[in-house]
Amino acid sequence: MISTWTITAPDGSTTEELLVALDRGRDRRVLICPAWFDEANKLRRFTVEVMRRLDAAGIDSFLPDLPGCNDSLARLDAQTLTGWRAGMTAAAQALSASHVLAIRTGALLAPETLPGWHYAPQSGPRLLRGMIRARTIAARESGFEEKAEALMALGRSEGLTLGGWPLSAAMIGELESAEPVLVAGQSEITQAMLGGAGLWLRAEPDEDGAQADALAAIVAESII
Amino acid sequence: MNANPTIQSEAEAAALDRELKGLIADVLGLDPAQASAFGPDSGLFGHLPELDSMAVAGLFTEMEDRLGIVIEDDDVDGEMLETYGGLLAFARAKLADK
Repeated sequence: MISTWTITAPDGSTTEELLVALDRGRDRRVLICPAWFDEANKLRRFTVEVMRRLDAAGIDSFLPDLPGCNDSLARLDAQTLTGWRAGMTAAAQALSASHVLAIRTGALLAPETLPGWHYAPQSGPRLLRGMIRARTIAARESGFEEKAEALMALGRSEGLTLGGWPLSAAMIGELESAEPVLVAGQSEITQAMLGGAGLWLRAEPDEDGAQADALAAIVAESII
Repeated sequence: MNANPTIQSEAEAAALDRELKGLIADVLGLDPAQASAFGPDSGLFGHLPELDSMAVAGLFTEMEDRLGIVIEDDDVDGEMLETYGGLLAFARAKLADK
């Protein structure tokens, strides 16, 4: 279930990243583009629970780590949106994915060549707004003042650490205008379709079997 | 036409109260019954261990989405986050400004 995949960086060097795969060599093979950063932690268990349900429904699935995340040897502050997009497209090819299930900001990385689903997609600007806000609130709590606009200006020129995640200037610049795009064959799955509140909202990681059932059922029923 | 604006605004206030409690329950994973028991003096930031700065940011983002308001940096002060009553008063004022 736990293996690795190899990604080629823009400079031609290769790195090995973690891969969770429920692979029984079946025809329907879903690439998961996971949620990012803090939301990735909150949704990790939920994501794998959905994969287990897909497995039971006769569908293979693959959850690749992105360079700079989790156990990666690559530096997060060296990553760009373009690089991550290329990485997910390469993963889709290497794993012979037939579909994509993108979760939250993962929708920004969904390969356009695959049919599939965006679950509760989040845009780059909204991701940044939430992370910048967490930083200004934490600063205030520590007794000093940071302004969102000044932080964004710094982020654009030098990069910025948000919520403990060091992001490059290139990444922040790209995220400022990054919107998820549903291409033909892809559709959105809203939180309302699952019922209950999104697990990324929770202050602490949690799980919800009924929501995992619902998401896996939507994928299994609409997969072609 | 609304013949009785007082009753309507009371209903609106009750709806906002429900919405805000539901939102806090969603963010903190609280039992809805626990959130609905919040009173004006119930402590929030600094009283609920789950409510750290990241969770507050998530709470504000949800308030913006569900209530259709925009929360600026300058709006955020200790008072609005200290108690449930403070947060409710802030949401009410924001909605009145819309």
